[in-house]
Amino acid sequence: MIDLSHLRADFPILHQQVNGQPLVYFDNAASSQKPRAVIDSLVHYYENDNANVHRGLHALSNRATDAFELARDKVARFIGAGSPDELIFTRGTTESINLVANIWASEFLKPGDIILYTGMEHHSNLVPWQLAAQKSGASVKHIPVLEDGTLDLENIDALLTEQVKLFTCVHVSNSLGTINPVKELCTKCRVLGINTLIDGAQAVGHMSVNVQDIGCDFYVFSGHKMCAPTGIGGLYGRAEVLAKMPPWHGGGEMINLVTLETSTYKAAPARFEAGTPDIAGVIGLGAAIDYLETIGIDRIHEHGAALTRYAMQRLTELPGIRILGPTTADRGSLTAFHLACAHPHDLVEFANTHGLALRGGHHCTQPLMKRFQIPGSSRASFYFYNTSTEIDRMMEILHRAVTFFS
Amino acid sequence: MPLSEDLKELYQKVILDHSRSPRNQGQFSADSCVHIHSDNPSCGDEIDLYIRFNEDGSISDIKFEGQGCAISQASASMMTEKVKGIPRQEVLQLIQDLQHTVLGNGEVRSSGTLGELQLLEGIQKFPQRIKCALLGWRGLERALYSAKLT
Repeated sequence: MIDLSHLRADFPILHQQVNGQPLVYFDNAASSQKPRAVIDSLVHYYENDNANVHRGLHALSNRATDAFELARDKVARFIGAGSPDELIFTRGTTESINLVANIWASEFLKPGDIILYTGMEHHSNLVPWQLAAQKSGASVKHIPVLEDGTLDLENIDALLTEQVKLFTCVHVSNSLGTINPVKELCTKCRVLGINTLIDGAQAVGHMSVNVQDIGCDFYVFSGHKMCAPTGIGGLYGRAEVLAKMPPWHGGGEMINLVTLETSTYKAAPARFEAGTPDIAGVIGLGAAIDYLETIGIDRIHEHGAALTRYAMQRLTELPGIRILGPTTADRGSLTAFHLACAHPHDLVEFANTHGLALRGGHHCTQPLMKRFQIPGSSRASFYFYNTSTEIDRMMEILHRAVTFFS
Repeated sequence: MPLSEDLKELYQKVILDHSRSPRNQGQFSADSCVHIHSDNPSCGDEIDLYIRFNEDGSISDIKFEGQGCAISQASASMMTEKVKGIPRQEVLQLIQDLQHTVLGNGEVRSSGTLGELQLLEGIQKFPQRIKCALLGWRGLERALYSAKLT
């Protein structure tokens, strides 16, 4: 296992005690912590460059605009977009999906059409499509999940009928850790003329992502799970598809010409970014990418995979444990499990009194919990600043919990 | 790394015993009881209460089924042991007292009669678990009011 523990010094929040015990933060799939460099970028922006973007002719506005657009270049490059114009800033994954489920769907979904998603999607990649289907008269279908936590792709060709207009799939499952074969699936869909959206909330910042290589039409992600501030995220849209989409919110910045009767609109990305954006958030996201790139995204992925392997191996020590998701080496940096002796909320409560932050519950994947017939699970999710020593500490706490609750 | 006192107070032996071996589990036939379903959508905890009433409005028998954390299930189990045969007014008072006990506010009028329910006091220090402890009790309260209407 590579040693990245020196990076912990960059994260002020990690050096604290919780309930009298040193904090072990294993809830990174919910939100990651922020390094000093990102926090400083926000302070620097507000202390030196704060002004509205794209409209001022003064020095501060120019600096803010430069920093803002520089960050767009960085993010576009980081995810392998063909051009910065294909990168729209949003509040995060949920807003990105809702943008597509409203705007793309309003233009392209007709009664009788089908939206195909999978049984392991986060609620935020189910509910917007259900709403879009209700509005348009389309319907939803799903690809089932196998017992090992992978997608049942045996009948995929039969599922991809002519009626399917959009296929969407999570890149890395937040509940199982499964890495889905998104490139293969998007390639199939492209040949059939089916649009694709990939939910990269757990992938970007954790593993190398190249949207052009994947071949998707849309790719969505959140900044706060990859060291950036909360409230900022992105929507990649292939230029050709974005060009066919009508505007979303109307307002400043998204227009060319406004009269009292009608208006004309800018091209993407401005067309989808009405109003003053989260400028500081975008700059923070750029700073996060700079920070992640100094470590190296492949090393981050390798370390996360190694921590997960070690955790999964040690978790088998616990009596009555059921570990969810694939047991293969290539998986996301999280592991979810269910202990026979304790409900996830009791286990997470117990862990918290020992300074260990786990997540317990349905993880916004209720259909998946139903599929595996469990009320919920406990999840440990890792990032590069976590260590194997922390996993040892988790195991010590979990052993105590088993004794306590059995 | 000693166990924290708060944690021991939350998960007292009696509470853990009720969660591992819930009392009065099961149901009555639908036409012979009032059935009330309660859940906490955010955490997925569920309690189904099946209650038979006497003509005077007191509870003649009560059973429950449910799934969820130790606190929600133990609290419901303890409740079923406590409320059988007690006059309706006293049960309503007990519900209020129980709420005061877990919330740590207000005056507990029937403290003498809370008995082992007093052990749920430890929840005061875990505000996010209050809704777990009250899940079954809120269902009981609804059942009492719906029974009054029939």
